[in-house]
Amino acid sequence: MSAELFQKMAQSIIEGDADLAADLARQSIEAGLDPLEAINQGFVVGVNTVGESFSCGDAFLPELVMAGEAMKAAVAVLEPEMKRLGAERQVFGRVVLATVQGDIHEIGKSLVGTMLSASGFEVHDLGVDVPTARIIEKVKEVDANLVGLSALLTTTMVRQKEVIDELDKLGLRARVKVMVGGAPVTRDWVQKIEADGYSEDAIGAVAVARQLVGAA
Amino acid sequence: MTRAITSISQPKLRLEVLTPEEVQKIHAATLRIIETVGVRFPSVRALEVWAAHGAEVDRDRQVVRARPELIEAALKTCPPAYPLAARDPSQDLALDGNHVYLGTDGCGVEVIDLHSGKRRSTVLQDVGEIARLADATPEVAFHWVPVSAQDQPPETRGLHEIQAIWENSTKHVQTESIYNAREAQAAIEMAALIAGGREALRKRPVLSLMQCTASPLGHDGGSLDAALLAAEAGLPTGFMTMAANLTTGPATMAGNLAVGNAEVVAGTALLQLASPGAPVFYAAAQTASDLRTGAYTGGGPEDFLYGAATNALADFYAIPLSMGSFATGAKEPNWQAGIENSLSTFMASVVMSDMLLGCGFLHGSRIWSYAEMMLDCEIFAIVHKMMQGILVNDETLALEAIAAVGPGGNFLTHKHTRQHMRDVFLPQFMDRRPYNEWEARGDDARDWALEKARATLARHQPDPLDPRLSAELARITASLEA
Repeated sequence: MSAELFQKMAQSIIEGDADLAADLARQSIEAGLDPLEAINQGFVVGVNTVGESFSCGDAFLPELVMAGEAMKAAVAVLEPEMKRLGAERQVFGRVVLATVQGDIHEIGKSLVGTMLSASGFEVHDLGVDVPTARIIEKVKEVDANLVGLSALLTTTMVRQKEVIDELDKLGLRARVKVMVGGAPVTRDWVQKIEADGYSEDAIGAVAVARQLVGAA
Repeated sequence: MTRAITSISQPKLRLEVLTPEEVQKIHAATLRIIETVGVRFPSVRALEVWAAHGAEVDRDRQVVRARPELIEAALKTCPPAYPLAARDPSQDLALDGNHVYLGTDGCGVEVIDLHSGKRRSTVLQDVGEIARLADATPEVAFHWVPVSAQDQPPETRGLHEIQAIWENSTKHVQTESIYNAREAQAAIEMAALIAGGREALRKRPVLSLMQCTASPLGHDGGSLDAALLAAEAGLPTGFMTMAANLTTGPATMAGNLAVGNAEVVAGTALLQLASPGAPVFYAAAQTASDLRTGAYTGGGPEDFLYGAATNALADFYAIPLSMGSFATGAKEPNWQAGIENSLSTFMASVVMSDMLLGCGFLHGSRIWSYAEMMLDCEIFAIVHKMMQGILVNDETLALEAIAAVGPGGNFLTHKHTRQHMRDVFLPQFMDRRPYNEWEARGDDARDWALEKARATLARHQPDPLDPRLSAELARITASLEA
């Protein structure tokens, strides 16, 4: 019975059906299945399948993102149950994401968030136009070990440096890695502001994030 | 010193990429989107204008829904034609539907250094140098701020940039790098100094403003405030959509056109409601996101079709269009750059888009290349020649010459040839040398284009700004830095 359910779970992710994934997650709780097993033997299998077909060029970005969103929906249903049971899903890292103050462009940042959470990171996305102080506060609150900062404008890009400087000032730089992104971000800029990594797209960002937290 | 700007006019080629019925359908979809879904206007001033005209304003979400009648009435006050004025009046541009003008592309962050050939971050001096080269290049009719002056303070960077262009060129300046009220106000003051007062500026706007929308269906607050001020001052103002299939727009092209159109039409209606009759333009650079990475592509068949289709929309609303063409995604001047920039420019030109943005970039408008700029100008020159079409009359049918030469002769020595040989296009950068020579020298178009840029910059001195005017402009910028 559970084998069949696991298979359906994997399939719901492959099809990118968030409603179905959440529904199957609820069914597994009602059936008394271990939520960690539901994730690892059900949903994650789907994520891996989509990831593999993406890697060999058979699947495209929208399918990857839909799988990620379906995964998120399933985990959101299972999380309270895991808490109740005192079980903890292993995550590669806790990430705070934000588009910096003065900037409202978020598509790239949101994509990175979806890809990271589908890849086993705990993602706290603060949205757009986020002041440095709010980012720092969140880093402390969730004890993040990774920060992702997005900016599309050359004039707001400077805020990425501001966050890094602030982390430095608070002595948090040693344990919080910073990755930056956005169209105007170049390797030169990354070196100049002493960020730890950057990527030009969301897929690359996952690889960078894994590397930064030592999970490559 | 040559002053004449090369523009495309009196076209002989035509292309109907959308039928009138299809344009009507996109328009109807656009009005429906604005009425039922709404567009985000995160600016207090913009929301007040909408509310004062009876639109439905959701202040929490900053979303405006407006009835079709309101939008259509507002668009009626858009002037169909107006000039983009230049510091040198002989270089004024007529946005009248019968000209296609090329500008430099804008807001890059890196440049391939003219001398070292190394890629590096851009600074204010690059803005001036590129402007000086554009000043000397007849294919370039007006400027965008080509690259970001990253060595200047963010809060006044946009002002340093436009001054650097005015110092180095007498052609029209359009900035896409001023997107807040404070800087816009200062830019208007600066432009008024150049034009000789606020009223003179209204008649001869030496500056125009382009603002990006925030697709899908949104605007940036600072951009809106800047646009409202510019429109009020009579500066030509436009909103550019860059809605991209798959990410910021639907996967389908018609849907993506409708989303972008809703952004631009709603923004334009706002400017007309606030300042009826203000000169406005439509701006667009839609694209398809890459299927594998979601990245901005900077070229491809979708881009080329958008280039032609958007002008059908702008014509429908009877406002000038500034169309994103060129801006290849290629990393160096190569096959991809040639294809993308030629096709995008041809498609946008054949329908008579008023402004083309623009020449000079690699890697999707990120890296400025002087060689690419020169090569892009040659693409424009080729399209310019093609748009003249084939002239058919007694003189061009050349019957007399044909009879005189007869079967088996040649036309090289005939008088008719001498009279018309200069009609034949002479490329600057195409390699038509014998194979052996190519093999022996090992150079190509990129080398010649770069050499041309270097030689031009070594020689060309633009008409300088009056030093007193310069000082006054600098004073305005400095007052914002205090």
